[in-house]
Amino acid sequence: MKFTVDGLAVSRGEDQIFRDISFSVSSGTAFIIKGANGSGKSTLLRALAGLLEWDEGSVALQDAPAAFSDVALPQMSHFLAHENAMKPQMTVGENLSFWQDFCGHPDVSPEEALDYVGLSGLEDVPFAHLSTGQRRRSAIARLLVSARPVWLLDEPTAGLDAASEKQFAGLMEAHLDDGGIIIAATHVPLHLSQTVDFQLHGADT
Amino acid sequence: MIALFKRELSLSFRSGGGASTALLFYLAVVIAMPFAIGPDPILLAQVGAATLWIGALLASLLGLERLFQADREDGSLDLFLINDHPVAALVFIKALVHWLVTGLPVSLLAPVFGLLLNLSGEASLALVATLLVGTPALSMIGAAGAALTVSLPRGGLLLSVLVLPLSIPVLIFGVGAVRAALVDPDPFLPPFAMLVAMTLFFAVIGPLAAAYALKMGTR
Repeated sequence: MKFTVDGLAVSRGEDQIFRDISFSVSSGTAFIIKGANGSGKSTLLRALAGLLEWDEGSVALQDAPAAFSDVALPQMSHFLAHENAMKPQMTVGENLSFWQDFCGHPDVSPEEALDYVGLSGLEDVPFAHLSTGQRRRSAIARLLVSARPVWLLDEPTAGLDAASEKQFAGLMEAHLDDGGIIIAATHVPLHLSQTVDFQLHGADT
Repeated sequence: MIALFKRELSLSFRSGGGASTALLFYLAVVIAMPFAIGPDPILLAQVGAATLWIGALLASLLGLERLFQADREDGSLDLFLINDHPVAALVFIKALVHWLVTGLPVSLLAPVFGLLLNLSGEASLALVATLLVGTPALSMIGAAGAALTVSLPRGGLLLSVLVLPLSIPVLIFGVGAVRAALVDPDPFLPPFAMLVAMTLFFAVIGPLAAAYALKMGTR
């Protein structure tokens, strides 16, 4: 699988955040978007996730996996934004089962996914009772409960301690080994062996 | 889709959910009315149906502000918008659950609350019938309003201003049908059929408008 972004330009309101962004990412690659605060990292991710319309440019997909052959990029992507998309009133397990049903393509069970992120046995705890790092880890578990080839991650390690960062790096490596794609916007290194870095400068350069 | 329905239903009964709030508010309106108007049974019976309808209208407004706001704040809304499910269908389900926990109990309990307002048996029956077919329209209109105001920090005020003008026809025909059931020459069926038509109309227009507003709201 490979997808190619060509000449992308995105505006929010009157301001053009960036223009003429071109790159391509293929299976097994982690594509790391870097750049100063306000350079448009989150905007680029939101545009790829289908939440923002672009002014010009195109995104082309080649050789998508069979299960995703007739859907657009957003529908084969997991999008992990700053918010965790979990309901504080529901337990961690309930949250994960909901996203598994909603996103389709079920992979591991919520319990197993929580094992992978080091939160074993916490599926019956209300999400509101978790610490910041535990909340982030349970949001990462959401990426595991349903299988999608592309992960769009916005500052995925925010709030994680060193050990959890390592654990998450292992999960990302496993996803890449399965032929997945990761596109992440981050300031901190993600401890991945194979990455392509991409510098974003904003519209004025 | 069924997963969303289950999630919404269970959320509305947990802390911060709208189910009990709406009913208590409804009860408060109905109890306050006899104290404000006075204990004249004839007068109370005359305004009873209108009071219960106003109560139902205000109770349905109560939880609307949070309908999409909570999902927006925790990031769920973004994921709703980018998945393959049609957004209008998701809105319909959320509005349907909103009706199940506000409009439906309010309709079914109307005869009980009607006792406080000296409503006759016939009036209570007509009231339940009109509330049952009329209150879904309120939830569907409300969903469109809630979607428009989802990104505003104090959206509730604007929401009521947007939703009330569209809800007024529902109120007019709802109360009109109850009155027609009691006063002899007026036929019950035309205003009642109008009410059904409005609910069906808004069940289509409301979710479509809300879906459009939500998609625009992320830009």
